[in-house]
Amino acid sequence: MDIKELTIQSALEGFQKKKFTVVDVVRACLANIQKYNDDYHALLTVVDEKTLLCQAEKIDKTDYSLPLSGIPIVLKDLFTTTGLRTTAGSKVLEHYTPVYDATVVARLKAAGAIIIGKANQDAWGHGSSGENTDYIPAKNPYDPSRVPGGSSSGSAVAVALGMCLASTGTDTGSSVRGPAAFCNLVGLKPTYGRVSRYGIIAMASSFDTIGHITKTVYDNALMCEITAGKDAYDATTGDQQVPTYSQGLDGTLRGKTIGLPKEYFELKGMDPRVRDATQAAIKKMEDLGARVIEVSLPHTTVAMACYYILVPSEVSSNLARFDGVRFGCGRETFGLEAKRRVMIGTYALSSGYYDAYYQTAAKIRTLIKKDFDDVFTKVDAIVAPSSPTLPFTIGERSSDPVAMYLSDIFMCPVNISGVPAVNVPCGFVGDLPVGLQIIGPQFGEQNIYQIASVYEKATEWYKRTTPV
Amino acid sequence: MNYEPIIGIEVHVELGTASKMFCGCPADHFGKEPNTQTCPVCLGLPGALPVPNKKAVEWTILLGLALGCTINEESKFDRKHYFYPDLPKGYQISQYDQPLAIGGSLELSNNPIIQSSNNPIKKKIRIRRVHLEEDTGKLQHAVVDGQRVSLVDFNRSGVALVEIVTEPDFRSVEEVDLFTKKLQQIVRYLRISSADMEKGSMRIEPSISMRKVESRKSKVESGEYPNYRVEIKNINSFKFARKAIEYEIIRQTEMLVHGDTPTQQTRGYVEAKGVTVAQREKEEAHDYRYFPEPDIPPMRWESSQLSAISRQIGELPDAKMKRFITAYGLSAYDAGLLVETKERAEYFEQVIRQKSAVISLKTIANWIINKKVDIEKTSPAQLLEQIVESTVVSAITDSEMETIIKQVLLDNVKAAEDYKNGKAQALMFLVGQAMRLAKGKSTAEILKINIIETIKI
Amino acid sequence: MSDLLSPTEIEHIAALAHLIITTDHYELFASQLSSILVFISKLQEVPIIDVAPTSQVTGLVNVYREDVVDQARVLSQTQALSNAHQKHNGFFVVPAVFES
Repeated sequence: MDIKELTIQSALEGFQKKKFTVVDVVRACLANIQKYNDDYHALLTVVDEKTLLCQAEKIDKTDYSLPLSGIPIVLKDLFTTTGLRTTAGSKVLEHYTPVYDATVVARLKAAGAIIIGKANQDAWGHGSSGENTDYIPAKNPYDPSRVPGGSSSGSAVAVALGMCLASTGTDTGSSVRGPAAFCNLVGLKPTYGRVSRYGIIAMASSFDTIGHITKTVYDNALMCEITAGKDAYDATTGDQQVPTYSQGLDGTLRGKTIGLPKEYFELKGMDPRVRDATQAAIKKMEDLGARVIEVSLPHTTVAMACYYILVPSEVSSNLARFDGVRFGCGRETFGLEAKRRVMIGTYALSSGYYDAYYQTAAKIRTLIKKDFDDVFTKVDAIVAPSSPTLPFTIGERSSDPVAMYLSDIFMCPVNISGVPAVNVPCGFVGDLPVGLQIIGPQFGEQNIYQIASVYEKATEWYKRTTPV
Repeated sequence: MNYEPIIGIEVHVELGTASKMFCGCPADHFGKEPNTQTCPVCLGLPGALPVPNKKAVEWTILLGLALGCTINEESKFDRKHYFYPDLPKGYQISQYDQPLAIGGSLELSNNPIIQSSNNPIKKKIRIRRVHLEEDTGKLQHAVVDGQRVSLVDFNRSGVALVEIVTEPDFRSVEEVDLFTKKLQQIVRYLRISSADMEKGSMRIEPSISMRKVESRKSKVESGEYPNYRVEIKNINSFKFARKAIEYEIIRQTEMLVHGDTPTQQTRGYVEAKGVTVAQREKEEAHDYRYFPEPDIPPMRWESSQLSAISRQIGELPDAKMKRFITAYGLSAYDAGLLVETKERAEYFEQVIRQKSAVISLKTIANWIINKKVDIEKTSPAQLLEQIVESTVVSAITDSEMETIIKQVLLDNVKAAEDYKNGKAQALMFLVGQAMRLAKGKSTAEILKINIIETIKI
Repeated sequence: MSDLLSPTEIEHIAALAHLIITTDHYELFASQLSSILVFISKLQEVPIIDVAPTSQVTGLVNVYREDVVDQARVLSQTQALSNAHQKHNGFFVVPAVFES
């Protein structure tokens, strides 16, 4: 059993067919943590071995009937876990131990999953590379001189290096899809409100979505079945039923119309090799039966500006509770990026500026959302690269926040409008993975999963695991 | 130069819901051990989210309707940002530009209980808005390990709070007093809060400025408000509200007379000295950076829902008082006292329904008003008994009683014998016979006692 | 519109945000905050008359909870205080806050 190749699907099968045990799998994960974490810094907190093995043994005595029986997962450190340190990647919460579980954590536990540890991330979710962690930044497992993407950096690295079989993340502007793209993994940003945010440390309340990272689309769909659905503790989750996503992945792309936003492909600064890999993937989709047409998302050019007014505004509000009284260290402990976003947000909301800044951006948001809604009357899905570039080298962008912000240009409009999107691997340039983003209409997860799955089965890029 | 006070008030009422505004913690926090009624939401823990209490919203609308307000078809919550140790999230979830209710009024009119009819104040106070928000925790000062500190208890954090804001229509302390008492009465009638100033479930914050009276001849308001106002906090009784306002009026007038403009500020009332003192405040304090609360979807109301809520208002004190005057021929004063609380008014009407023709309305009213009947402990039937007993004691003389008892025992020798031999039933028979002879001038109880005593002899 | 924010403005925003920005960081923050002014000028080129602002993308309205006590979520005093920097007799402790 090679843990780096093992999927949730094959693990469950293996358990049920007695090919190996949960204890075997957990031990393999721990071995990889032991082997790689000091170099790649994927995890900030690891649950102690004894506890994990004890949990594993218990599950090995069952008939593995729960949907995630014995599956070791890693949680992004924004996910609140009872009794298990939760840092949000920040020194402010270096010693914070929550007294309650996030709803998603409770659901995953109830489904039989084993929580192995908490993943490294850009502090508070602020970043696209992983370099804004207050701890030691994680590294790309395909090339350790490069970034793994952020902000769910550790979550992606942990799956790629076989420290777990799946991980959770949050995606506010790119933070699940970006790392998934840079690490050759499947990452979902669900529809806003599809998955409960209760217990997930908030970055931007009207943008945050709760996603996850896996090796395959099937695994991802399976996890989404478990995490999605109404939560009485989160008023922004609706009553929509949760389909059995994992059962709707077959078929072809015949009858599907895919839209390519011309503004995205016209972007200067997109690496031509990324464009080539993307276009090859689109060609493949056509071969699989899809009809591809050009569409327009006219407000793409102002999406970043809109995002970088609204998100810091909500950030400045959500970080106001960190005053060092009931938990955490004082506000002087915030890192520079956090301070920057709080300052920008405070400025944009302040008296005299609210109308010109925040309100204007909120109106632009309406227009961007409408762009997507209009396009989805014509197509089943929109396809684009997740990132306009390959994984960049560590330090290359960290001193230029505007360049850093631009790496999200294909992904953040999706958060502005609230629709779902999934990253699926679509090739390599040398050793470096390229990710394809498939965007769907609101609550269209089944649709984008199916398209991603058909493409994945025809190309199997996930089989090229990390070189280490 | 004469100055007149321009006063507006903000009233906060803690709703008596079972649970808090945005979470399921118990809302009744009075006297509880500190920090024993909190959860991730009201403690402001990272990751927690608010979900609004339906009843709190409905009760706010109920109050708004009772105050003649228009209910906004679309309403929402907003975040109001400021830093203070008793505000766990660093913002309060409140309402800014789309409150639940706007534009109502309350007529002061004649409250016979608190003002004489010699100089009755009849005035309409405009209500700007009624909105819903959450309460903060509680701060108290202490010295711990030699250091001066503040101690914070979050049991009250998140309790549903209704805020009622008036226009600056008050021109005297008396008007404020009438208004706040009337508002308290209405809130209690609606049974949405205990509205107890001493317990803090009702809080008043007057804003006062002084305006030059242009002309003593003209009674028309100049329409312009002074360019400053002073807000007073830390008032926890009607009496202190009056004292604080009176003090402020004098303080501000003195300054103006000397050519100084009072500073726009918040002042706290200091009970022990009967004065107000400036509270330290940073200039940033008033930039609340409101924006719509992203965690809570907006609220929309249909007229059918509002009608349903409106029907729950019931008869309010003014209407009830008017009805008592006409229906029962009571004086305004008596009617005012009887309707002071809904419970007392309902009690009065229950007693009326059960009474016999012999007892007058006036007597009952008199009893309830003057004899401080504990309406919780004395049932209407019991009260009637007491009334009859006391009236009857004067209605029947000792010799009349003696005659009746003698007659009954004479006419019913066998029954008297039976009773002496232990048949309790016989006594009831004798009492019945005595009642007929007494013709309503006594009660069964009194007759029974007299029969027993006479037989013993 | 491309003026840098002044140190006074930076100080004011920092005070509102309850952040301590040391003077050696003023220039850094001034230039970074000013960069958003560039974003703003881009936004202001877009015609937005009659466009309503979006503050929520779900389209949900009227989401409430019933007025019942949720005992399952109520924390014990120990739990509530468990991450506190300083506590005393069941209270959270903060440096004295002076009203006047």
